[in-house]
Amino acid sequence: MAAIFQGVGAAAALPSSPSYSFDSNKSVFSPRRSFSVRKGASFAVVRSDGTVNLNPKDRRAQLLISNAVATKADSAAASSSSKPGHELLLFEALLEGLEEEMERDPHVCVMGEDVGHYGGSYKVTKGLAKKFGDLRVLDTPIAENSFTGMGIGAAMTGLRPVVEGMNMGFLLLAFNQISNNCGMLHYTSGGQFTIPIVIRGPGGVGRQLGAEHSQRLESYFQSIPGIQMVACSTPYNAKGLMKAAIRSENPVILFEHVLLYNLKERIPDEDYICNLEEAEMVRPGEHVTILTYSRMRYHVMQAAKTLVNKGYDPEVIDIRSLKPFDLFTIGNSVKKTHRVLIVEECMRTGGIGASLTAAITENFNDYLDAPIMCLSSQDVPTPYAGTLEEVTVVQPAQIVTAVEQLCQ
Amino acid sequence: MPTLLSAWFNSHQPNLHPPSFYSLSLFRSSHPPPSPNPTLAMALSRFASSSRSGSLLKPLSSAISLRRPISTDTTPITLETSVPFTAHQCEAPSRTVQTSANELLTFFRDMALMRRMEIAADSLYKAKLIRGFCHLYDGQEAVAVGMEAALTKKDCIITAYRDHCTFMARGGTLLEVFAELMGRQAGCSRGKGGSMHFYKKDSNFYGGHGIVGAQVPLGCGLAFAQKYSKDEAVTFALYGDGAANQGQLFEALNISALWDLPAILVCENNHYGMGTAEWRAAKSPAYYKRGDYAPGLKVDGMDVLAVKQACTFAKEHALKNGPIILEMDTYRYHGHSMSDPGSTYRTRDEITGVRQERDPIERIRKLILSHDLATEKELKDIEKEVRKEVDDAIAQAKENPVPESSELFTNVYAKGLGVESFGADRKEVRATLP
Repeated sequence: MAAIFQGVGAAAALPSSPSYSFDSNKSVFSPRRSFSVRKGASFAVVRSDGTVNLNPKDRRAQLLISNAVATKADSAAASSSSKPGHELLLFEALLEGLEEEMERDPHVCVMGEDVGHYGGSYKVTKGLAKKFGDLRVLDTPIAENSFTGMGIGAAMTGLRPVVEGMNMGFLLLAFNQISNNCGMLHYTSGGQFTIPIVIRGPGGVGRQLGAEHSQRLESYFQSIPGIQMVACSTPYNAKGLMKAAIRSENPVILFEHVLLYNLKERIPDEDYICNLEEAEMVRPGEHVTILTYSRMRYHVMQAAKTLVNKGYDPEVIDIRSLKPFDLFTIGNSVKKTHRVLIVEECMRTGGIGASLTAAITENFNDYLDAPIMCLSSQDVPTPYAGTLEEVTVVQPAQIVTAVEQLCQ
Repeated sequence: MPTLLSAWFNSHQPNLHPPSFYSLSLFRSSHPPPSPNPTLAMALSRFASSSRSGSLLKPLSSAISLRRPISTDTTPITLETSVPFTAHQCEAPSRTVQTSANELLTFFRDMALMRRMEIAADSLYKAKLIRGFCHLYDGQEAVAVGMEAALTKKDCIITAYRDHCTFMARGGTLLEVFAELMGRQAGCSRGKGGSMHFYKKDSNFYGGHGIVGAQVPLGCGLAFAQKYSKDEAVTFALYGDGAANQGQLFEALNISALWDLPAILVCENNHYGMGTAEWRAAKSPAYYKRGDYAPGLKVDGMDVLAVKQACTFAKEHALKNGPIILEMDTYRYHGHSMSDPGSTYRTRDEITGVRQERDPIERIRKLILSHDLATEKELKDIEKEVRKEVDDAIAQAKENPVPESSELFTNVYAKGLGVESFGADRKEVRATLP
């Protein structure tokens, strides 16, 4: 199914440049569903009705209103009538998935700060409180430890709560509940209780949000036995993973990214889910396997364009499932290309990349022609200054250099 | 005579021995007409019990059976709790409680069983058959037994790590307890949980938690689920005086009060948070008042009837008005756990003093004897029986096998993703997960 992606902005590689230029030429019409040219740097999206969606938490972005309104609106109108499915933004995809599951199963409820009447700080739960009532969409006080615990307690009886951390970093306050109770109760009770909870929230480095609000918790949670972790990156897999996570009997942590909420994509009308343990083949290739997830997928794809121009053929896999790794897909890819580059946003020490490197080396060492390269964020608290923040995360230029080095 | 016998059979289920002896008692009003005068009923029962030991019947007793069935009478007996309840922001329930001989004897038996079980666990720990942490509940049995008497199996109970007796009260068996403590397959958590992780899903016992205070938000979550599913049941979330200083407790209480959840927070105040006395840990040791906007009740936790009364009151209250805090003033004879002698932060005199004056089993024993509901010998027989039960269970648990190696990987995930699982060296211990 073809998908049309609106180019959401350019100039990701330009540091400290506040101006965005929307170039309609950059929107790519591709027969392959998941091929996307997405910069991922800007998240100011102008919708076809003229309203501007900005990250409500980032007041700076409000100064950076995009200018190319007309072009966008035209292409949007042209595309929506001819193709099957419907177009929406990533947060709407999450909302749709959540809403469908809540309709389907009365045991599903949502808990979090400002998820009810306010509609969710990223609008993922907008309208749900009006539709389902206060008992199913619960506004909690600012008490992550206890409301995560309450969600887990409710899950023990068979309810299916979806607990939202307003920012993933706040869930550190609930680490004990997530680690000891959420992850371990199924085991320590000898199988008596299942914990079908979904813990979700946005994380990742945003737009100068500061150190405490730019955390990547996948590295901290990855050792917890008994939980599953998935990271969504497109509206299609966001909705699919949300639905699958809610239906799963295991506790699932769904990592969203602050900067990806306004990605637009066309998704199918019919009911679908994405497999929680499966990785997504974004771009098949021959020369090198690039493993990535969440926002870095877009940096990789941007680098892929450059690489293709330079004559390389990278295979890009969005691993999606951070725990457990989809070693089947990854392994097949390694066996084909013999070179692996991991591009991730979490920090180098003890990150997902570190675990993935270990897993690949253990299992597929014989198939590797070169040592695995891992590009991660720097082991620093995310600085506020824009220039420094740019350098903290992996940029497409670095990815290109790494591939060239790997393929020598 | 046959009529009396059949009437007796129909109204009582003797749990020990055939009632043949009772059928001969002309005066035993085991099935008296409903008497509006409780004094008369009590007088009748007293008369009957004294006639039991009368000379008329002694030779027959030796002929028929050496063990006499004890009272399974359910005529109400009215008693008073040891001390009145102290209330915060609510009306305290009355001191007067209704009980019956049957109930008192059940209490005695249950508490004696729990006491015996904990002492046996102590010996097993010292024999290194139980390892790790073992937190014993002896001294606090009245809380578990009294609470259970006020609840149904639809109500949920969740507690911390001192959970052996609460598990038993919820319907657990001795074999499950000892097997789990010794890490065997027949344990309630298949040997994978240990002392601090006893659970019994079918009787709504949610454990069994090692991290202090973490079970209280879970308990409020259970109450939320009960409200969500309109169960008309309540959740009792137990915690200790040490855990009462955890922030998540107040968070959970706040949310429960906001959402009107049927949650009852029970502080089992045994006055010591491991080695720290309550006055050293809490600025305000009036734990029942700590709810501030939530009502609270202070209960003598060594008096099983008071506990039962308080829990009944709390259940009614919570179903209508939201959360309530109960503070059970109780005491543990053992140290915090088996690695704590329990004497470095309190005097032996204190421990023996409590044992002499407030012991829950002794209190019930005195009640039973003073109301002539059973003889001393009968009570001793119960204790002997209980001891034998415990010994049998231990023997059975010792025979039980340890879990298979493949059990290491089961129950990590529900429906373990259909994968195979290997041991650390990837060669041994394969388990194909469902």
